[in-house]
Amino acid sequence: MSRGEARGRVPGWGGGHSGRRGRGRRRPCCHGDAGLSICRGFQTEKDSLHSLTVSTMIHSLFLINSSGDIFLEKHWKSVVSRSVCDYFFEAQERATEAENVPPVIPTPHHYLLSVYRHKIFFVAVIQTEVPPLFVIEFLHRVVDTFQDYFGVCSEPVIKDNVVVVYEVLEEMLDNGFPLATESNILKELIKPPTILRTVVNTITGSTNVGDQLPTGQLSVVPWRRTGVKYTNNEAYFDVIEEIDAIIDKSGSTITAEIQGVIDACVKLTGMPDLTLSFMNPRLLDDVSFHPCVRFKRWESERILSFIPPDGNFRLLSYHVSAQNLVAIPVYVKHNISFRDSSSLGRFEITVGPKQTMGKTIEGVTVTSQLPRGVLNMSLVPSQGAHTFDPVTKMLSWDVGKINPQKLPSLKGTMSLQAGASKPDENPTINLQFKIQQLAISGLKVNRLDMYGEKYKPFKGIKYMTKAGKFQVRT
Amino acid sequence: MSAAPAYNEDKGGSAGPGEPEYGHDPASGGIFSSDYKRHDDLKAMLDTNKDSLKLEAMKRIVAMIARGKNASDLFPAVVKNVACKNIEVKKLVYVYLVRYAEEQQDLALLSISTFQRGLKDPNQLIRASALRVLSSIRVPIIVPIMMLAIKEAASDMSPYVRKTAAHAIPKLYSLDSDQKDQLIEVIEKLLADKTTLVAGSVVMAFEEVCPERIDLIHKNYRKLCNLLIDVEEWGQVVIISMLTRYARTQFLSPTQNESLLEENSEKAFYGSEEDEAKGPGSEEAASTALPTRKPYVMDPDHRLLLRNTKPLLQSRSAAVVMAVAQLYFHLAPKAEVGVIAKALVRLLRSHSEVQYVVLQNVATMSIKRRVSTGPRPALVVQQGMFEPYLKSFYIRSTDPTQIKILKLEVLTNLANETNIPTVLREFQTYIRSMDKDFVAATIQAIGRCATNIGRVRDTCLNGLVQLLSNRDELVVAESVVVIKKLLQMQPAQHGEIIKHLAKLTDNIQVPMARASILWLIGEYCEHVPRIAPDVLRKMAKSFTAEEDIVKLQVINLAAKLYLTNSKQTKLLTQYVLSLAKYDQNYDIRDRARFTRQLIVPSEQGGALSRHAKKLFLAPKPAPVLESSFKDRDHFQLGSLSHLLNAKATGYQELPDWPEEAPDPSVRNVEVPEWTKCSNREKRKEKEKPFYSDSEGESGPTESADSDPESESESESKSSSESGSGESSSESDNEDQEEDEEKGRSSESEQSEEEGKKKKMKKRKKVPEGQEGGSSSDEGSDSSSSSSESEMTSETEEEQVEPASWRKKTPPSSKSAPAAKEVSLLDLEDFTPPSVQPVSPPTVVSTSLAADLEGLTLTDSPLVPSLLSPVSGAGRQELLHRVAGEGLAVDYTFSRQPFSGDPHMVSVHIHFSNSSDTPIKGLHVGTPKLPPGISIQEFPEIESLAPGESTTVVMGINFCDSTQAANFQLCTQTRQFYVSIQPPVGELMAPVFLSENEFKKEQAKLTGMNEITEKLTLPDTCRSDHIVVQKVTATANLGRVPCGTSDEYRFAGRTLTSGSLVLLTLDARPTGAAQLTVNSEKMVIGTMLVKDVVQALTQ
Repeated sequence: MSRGEARGRVPGWGGGHSGRRGRGRRRPCCHGDAGLSICRGFQTEKDSLHSLTVSTMIHSLFLINSSGDIFLEKHWKSVVSRSVCDYFFEAQERATEAENVPPVIPTPHHYLLSVYRHKIFFVAVIQTEVPPLFVIEFLHRVVDTFQDYFGVCSEPVIKDNVVVVYEVLEEMLDNGFPLATESNILKELIKPPTILRTVVNTITGSTNVGDQLPTGQLSVVPWRRTGVKYTNNEAYFDVIEEIDAIIDKSGSTITAEIQGVIDACVKLTGMPDLTLSFMNPRLLDDVSFHPCVRFKRWESERILSFIPPDGNFRLLSYHVSAQNLVAIPVYVKHNISFRDSSSLGRFEITVGPKQTMGKTIEGVTVTSQLPRGVLNMSLVPSQGAHTFDPVTKMLSWDVGKINPQKLPSLKGTMSLQAGASKPDENPTINLQFKIQQLAISGLKVNRLDMYGEKYKPFKGIKYMTKAGKFQVRT
Repeated sequence: MSAAPAYNEDKGGSAGPGEPEYGHDPASGGIFSSDYKRHDDLKAMLDTNKDSLKLEAMKRIVAMIARGKNASDLFPAVVKNVACKNIEVKKLVYVYLVRYAEEQQDLALLSISTFQRGLKDPNQLIRASALRVLSSIRVPIIVPIMMLAIKEAASDMSPYVRKTAAHAIPKLYSLDSDQKDQLIEVIEKLLADKTTLVAGSVVMAFEEVCPERIDLIHKNYRKLCNLLIDVEEWGQVVIISMLTRYARTQFLSPTQNESLLEENSEKAFYGSEEDEAKGPGSEEAASTALPTRKPYVMDPDHRLLLRNTKPLLQSRSAAVVMAVAQLYFHLAPKAEVGVIAKALVRLLRSHSEVQYVVLQNVATMSIKRRVSTGPRPALVVQQGMFEPYLKSFYIRSTDPTQIKILKLEVLTNLANETNIPTVLREFQTYIRSMDKDFVAATIQAIGRCATNIGRVRDTCLNGLVQLLSNRDELVVAESVVVIKKLLQMQPAQHGEIIKHLAKLTDNIQVPMARASILWLIGEYCEHVPRIAPDVLRKMAKSFTAEEDIVKLQVINLAAKLYLTNSKQTKLLTQYVLSLAKYDQNYDIRDRARFTRQLIVPSEQGGALSRHAKKLFLAPKPAPVLESSFKDRDHFQLGSLSHLLNAKATGYQELPDWPEEAPDPSVRNVEVPEWTKCSNREKRKEKEKPFYSDSEGESGPTESADSDPESESESESKSSSESGSGESSSESDNEDQEEDEEKGRSSESEQSEEEGKKKKMKKRKKVPEGQEGGSSSDEGSDSSSSSSESEMTSETEEEQVEPASWRKKTPPSSKSAPAAKEVSLLDLEDFTPPSVQPVSPPTVVSTSLAADLEGLTLTDSPLVPSLLSPVSGAGRQELLHRVAGEGLAVDYTFSRQPFSGDPHMVSVHIHFSNSSDTPIKGLHVGTPKLPPGISIQEFPEIESLAPGESTTVVMGINFCDSTQAANFQLCTQTRQFYVSIQPPVGELMAPVFLSENEFKKEQAKLTGMNEITEKLTLPDTCRSDHIVVQKVTATANLGRVPCGTSDEYRFAGRTLTSGSLVLLTLDARPTGAAQLTVNSEKMVIGTMLVKDVVQALTQ
């Protein structure tokens, strides 16, 4: 029954979307999707007979900056006119903030899937059914690759390296389907630009393209180059845990969980085979691995066994669930009050250490989005510096280290719009902090062994606890 | 950096003097004044001979393309450079071509021949990229060429090229769908491919070209399931979603029984309503199905799929996790679906776009399906799946609004009797949020909770009423709407609330809220008899200024009041109706006319007006507040269609479970056992060092934990058999070598005896020491010393066949006249027919031939066509004893098939220690191998006493090239760099063809694949015997019988790719001769001709 209904709702070629198209005429571009008419040009009749899926996963990619300029486009099949982005601009306008632009926007003939990172929208144009996460995941991988290549991924950097960007995109997708997405392989195909190489290239006229064709695609370990050589063989692991928590007005924990990652920087010669074991692997509730980790070994022995990629990579991310009791290392005392009658409000917060296992809490930053009614604030911090932006109403206080003997506090008044009624909601306080040499979950690496190579590597492990999405409601 | 000038010139039009790029070409400085000239300049640069200028020009052109500028007028200038030697220029030209070829088809044709040449290149990456570009330029004329290229590439030896071929298939299909049938053939071929590299791409091609041909999957189903974990992430997603569809057509619903039970019990609970909701058809089906239902047993293949996808929930890729989640949701028994929850919750930490998609899916999955009937029982999900993770869906003030709203949806779905207090407390916080859209959604959510959970209905209602005094109008309006719905459920008790709402009409401006209040008052006017007429009076006053939706409700209210309280409201009603009569909106005019006719008794005294009260004041059922995700599960989860809640182009419906399971035997692979083994071996060979543990796992453990899986069990058994069989043959090989050594040292009859004894001893020894060994993890020792004895023991334990076979063989060895018994003896150990029971004659005979090689040289009459004499190369030095500090190493190509991997050339390495100290720990160290080449190391030699020598076998896959394999020989103290370069003749193995077959094959390999050379045979080399000997010494080929006396034919296949190499020598009695080699591998052909000519003429 209802299936039939669903079918009835299917937008045909343009039908059923006329309303949207009408509204979409904000920019006086042709709306007929020129690209489409080209690609349908030489198969018009067959189309109707076969209901042929002219499909590919990702048709085109547009890079759009936050002011709405398309500054790069790449097509993997027939060209899709950039006017298709008008639908995106429309959605962008409707969403008040960039992050509220829906990741999937249907248009009469295409679907626009976008991710927003580094103030750039990466908009992929697709034409047929495809798992949306597939495209989104791929777009994120593109951004990660750019970041990996250029250090940062920003509009000017992409513009400066447009040829490399183009070449990389060409390799990453073939006919809209991902081809080479491992950065190790890509870097063999197309060398990332460095200042030195740019200079050398200009003088010698040589190029960024690898002369040697890569072996990676064919190697047994697709994530690792062959023939890696280092004089200093080192393997460093960072265990980083982030506490996501929501703390209640009264200071009790509503929800808290620990999200951990193990980031590795492995620079080892040859094909080392590493095993990493934990003192207390049972803590890890849910894990996801880099493809190099042998899953069965983990299942049976709770040991991480892997041939690492070369360089930096995320070995593992894990989750310590909310069921386990999570130690909250800081507390915030707050007294924020608005009075109906007066145009002054009181603002007072104090941050203090709670369960820190004897470590110092560093890098503490407090941010808070204050209600619109607040005009300005006059505050005095006992330490650190604070800023208040009267336009965005964002308060931020860079506290620094917490000294348990003398707790940092921020006190003062808020001036409110005269005559306006008091805001409904007290602002939430977002907290950032770092604790070195402590994994708050208690996770400990037992040992790291290397097989397959003869030399002795330098090994190092570092623990850190950070605040993730740490929020205090007031 | 390099492209910076392109932008600069675009912005300012003037290149800075500091730009180094322009340094080398002073003329280019002034050219940027206009677009026009710039293009001229680019053309000029492209026409020069300097690669650097060309490159610069191409970079600028690509930058133009990237910005969406038109660069099509440069096409002629660019296309010329397609054959440019500089690899980067070439790449950029490719980029350009792919972009513009479609628009300039005629000119694009100029480039085709370059790609065609590239398709024949010996370098696999060049072949691949040629195919990629050729298939990407969308010029319909070249369809036949593309078709040909794809077909050829599909049987390329390089998996990478085959992958590219798979990618090219949908491209060609979208260009010309008439090729479908041919393409399906290619897909079928590629689906049978064993490499993980190809699997993902070909399934993608399958999905795009012929998703309906589910029959193509049968044979490959199990293979795909088993390969899945090693496929790259993107391929995994595609394969998983394809397999989901496949499973839906091939297996029975695992929830059949459960859902039936539930249906029955629920019928008891909910009674008639339920039956109404369900179509009569489905009920019938259920009732008929019930008695005939057999107890459900899950198909082992179904189980295989579920088991092999589960580890992928741990993938770092959100897309893979989602794919597995939807697979479990659609395919797994109810009790097992729960495993996906944890992984999905984990994804919530990811980027907000990922969160968005995941939450949409979680929202669908978490819906309370109070009615679990309907034709899709599989969608009945374990309800509590996400409940333990309730808190993970709590909303933070920093979440984007769209995420907040989705989380709210999930929270509402998860709310139940037990957790509702927590959820409501949480909602209370949200209501005070600054984000008003979110607040509105929260109010809706509270309304839904109130309707779903009767216990909290009053609490919710009170809370909402309090919100009516909120300062924010949106909040109030939303509350009104929700309250209206709630009140409809139990209107009698809430007169007070209605009064309160009536007062709000003075202030509240939101049309929807106003309309809701009016409707409420009208509907329950008997509860508020005094207020209602007053409200109508006020509304009549402001009627013209109201929104349409409010106006309609005013008419409605007026009509209802007229019917109940006509005394007070008659005039008012008439007034309102007359106003409405002249309204701009025709809906309102219509409604006014219609209402008037209904309620005001006209002269005719219409029958309708008598029933007007019944019409207007009929009791109305309370609305059900439902999630907007209620019906989404019609779409496959994780799909775009599901996300949009509308069918996207190209969406394929997830089929219903079949009533009867189709024949499961279609998935049985009929391929003779031995090929399967060799595949296994090949895979093992390739991945053993890295996946060996998983390999091991797939054997015994799987069969242990699986219940009635006859099928997969047998398979896994066969795999373990093959594994152990392989290693047994390897170790036997080892024995052989030792024996050979023995044989050489003492060429006596005794040696045979000795050898046998030794072996016996060895066998005896084995079981004692290895009790525990076989159970130890294979993975741990995969690195080097996969102790042979351990393997042998396994063979002994598990297999009876080899023993029986061994018993059988000695006679056969005796039958051959013994010149060198050793090698005869080896024969029994060498060929592993126990593992390959159906091994075709060719394989056996090859090894036979190879084994007999030692004897037959002298007594050539013994089946001469089958024999290939010892390698022409003879012993070659690998390491001189001076350089090796007393360790001398030689090698020979034994021409025996390497037991571990049929693609490997087996190389015998002879070590002798001429120093006076023992050499310890001889093994192969890090090989530095050219692409494609791989070696199978020999087991470490623990110690070599002074004066002693030993021989080991190692396998090298030269990938059909004569590139040297470089590796290190390591002793405990030293490392020696050595390299083995094969003569081209060693890269092949003889095959045995009949004369007719030979001619047929030869006819296929003409043209470019044929190389002919004329030569004169010296006098010494005119006899049959010598010619044959010389040829077979040069190349490992088998003789093909031939009718004519002066023609010699030989045939072989290259080891890695298995392409035929056919050699014909036409010798005239005068000494003039013509040598012809036919082979797909032109390089090999050419080199072979050279070598054979040299051998013959010397």
